[in-house]
Amino acid sequence: MDAHISLTVDGTERSLDVDTRTTLLDALRERLAVTSPKKGCDHGQCGSCTVLLDGRRHLTCLTLAVAHDGAEVVTAAGLADDGLHPVQQAFLDHDGYQCGYCTPGQVCSAVGMLDEAKQGHPSHVTDDLVGDVDLDDDEIRERMSGNLCRCGAYPGILAAIREAATA
Amino acid sequence: MRAMRYLPAESPVWAVETVAGSPGAQFLAGGTNLVDHLKLGVTAPELLVDISRLPLDQVEQYDDGAGLRIGANVRNSDLAAHPLVRSRMPAVARALLSGASGQIRNQATTAGNLLQRTRCVYFQDVTTPCNKREPGSGCSALEGYGRYNAVLGASAACVTTHPSDLAVALAALDATVVVLGTEGERRVPFADLHRLPGDDPSVDTTLGDGELITSVEVPVSRASERSTYRKVRDRASFAFALVSVAAAVELDGPVVRDVRIAWGGVAHRPWRARLAEAALVGRELTEDAVRSAVDEELADAETTAQTAYKVPMLRNTTALTLTRLAEEETR
Repeated sequence: MDAHISLTVDGTERSLDVDTRTTLLDALRERLAVTSPKKGCDHGQCGSCTVLLDGRRHLTCLTLAVAHDGAEVVTAAGLADDGLHPVQQAFLDHDGYQCGYCTPGQVCSAVGMLDEAKQGHPSHVTDDLVGDVDLDDDEIRERMSGNLCRCGAYPGILAAIREAATA
Repeated sequence: MRAMRYLPAESPVWAVETVAGSPGAQFLAGGTNLVDHLKLGVTAPELLVDISRLPLDQVEQYDDGAGLRIGANVRNSDLAAHPLVRSRMPAVARALLSGASGQIRNQATTAGNLLQRTRCVYFQDVTTPCNKREPGSGCSALEGYGRYNAVLGASAACVTTHPSDLAVALAALDATVVVLGTEGERRVPFADLHRLPGDDPSVDTTLGDGELITSVEVPVSRASERSTYRKVRDRASFAFALVSVAAAVELDGPVVRDVRIAWGGVAHRPWRARLAEAALVGRELTEDAVRSAVDEELADAETTAQTAYKVPMLRNTTALTLTRLAEEETR
């Protein structure tokens, strides 16, 4: 069963017919050749498919494309404007990857997470639920727990996000 | 995955009328659990009615601040970050923040969280018998991997636990679930929403055909303001509970005036520990008092070699959680 949808992907409007079973991840990668979001576990456990969907970090593998007609998708590739996004630059500066497969998801997740923190959202490790958010290392680790790196580049990822948070 | 039709809901009433009477139809909200089940073959609906864009996304006070009415589509992350949830019912915020990951909390909804299905490995593995997924096929968890199994209220047909953290906090705080059906609206006390497995574990809740949760009402009280949620798990983040405790307390000096205790990871539904609560009301809140109250609640617990750890874990976690709350109260 097909449905017609439109998406704005990294600033470009795209229209396509999708089978209702198509995930947003497969629509992006297989139909629109937008390969920045990666298919890792395909079950919402690894975070490599993370994009910013209508401004918030979101797992495209657990999302049906048909349910997001009209949505705005920003992938890691779309974050770069005139030069790299500060989070991307920080990942480069701190070696926040080894093979790089999880990196687009890590970067999108970090950008979304920093915005959540800026809005004052608490996390599981926030002591004072009604106080200000101080993005220390424990906070960054907890807030990024939905993104796995099987190369184990976590020290570099943490350092990159710490720098981006204080920039 | 089986081919399916997809319809965006025009209104709550339209959604209910479309799903009621159609066994192959299901509601779709955030999709974090349902889309996974479509892929795994755990479920194969003919029609998805997408309710995620219905305007059920507000958190508002009712009856001059007597409580908060939470729309069914309020995202877990938005609910956890809501100022009144953080200040007036911290157990709800803490429970939400201990669940899943940042991305999933951005997608998952309030009602969807309550209606998520068990993470029992056999339920999710269609190559194995499971009475919840395929009634009458048997329970693989009885003799298989059982570390997450229930210790209270289980049956020979099903020994699994309910996975939601939010549900445990809402059970402790005496929430009410507002439900829309073909006959109109009804209000369900939270304790009556989820059921024990009995001989039909395929049914998780008491919701009728086509019934749609539209909101959840959570009363504010002295106890809700002095509440918290503590979750014990195998890793520090992004894991389901081995056991969890939602607790709320109101003290009169050292003496317990009101106490609420609910447990996750122990039963087919959030387990409100009313025997333990009754044992504590009117008494001084000490670690020993909590421990013996927990033991009263667990008198009927049935454990195996794989779940025996849950009894001391519940005793210790409940004692720690309540004594810390009491320290905050008297500070």
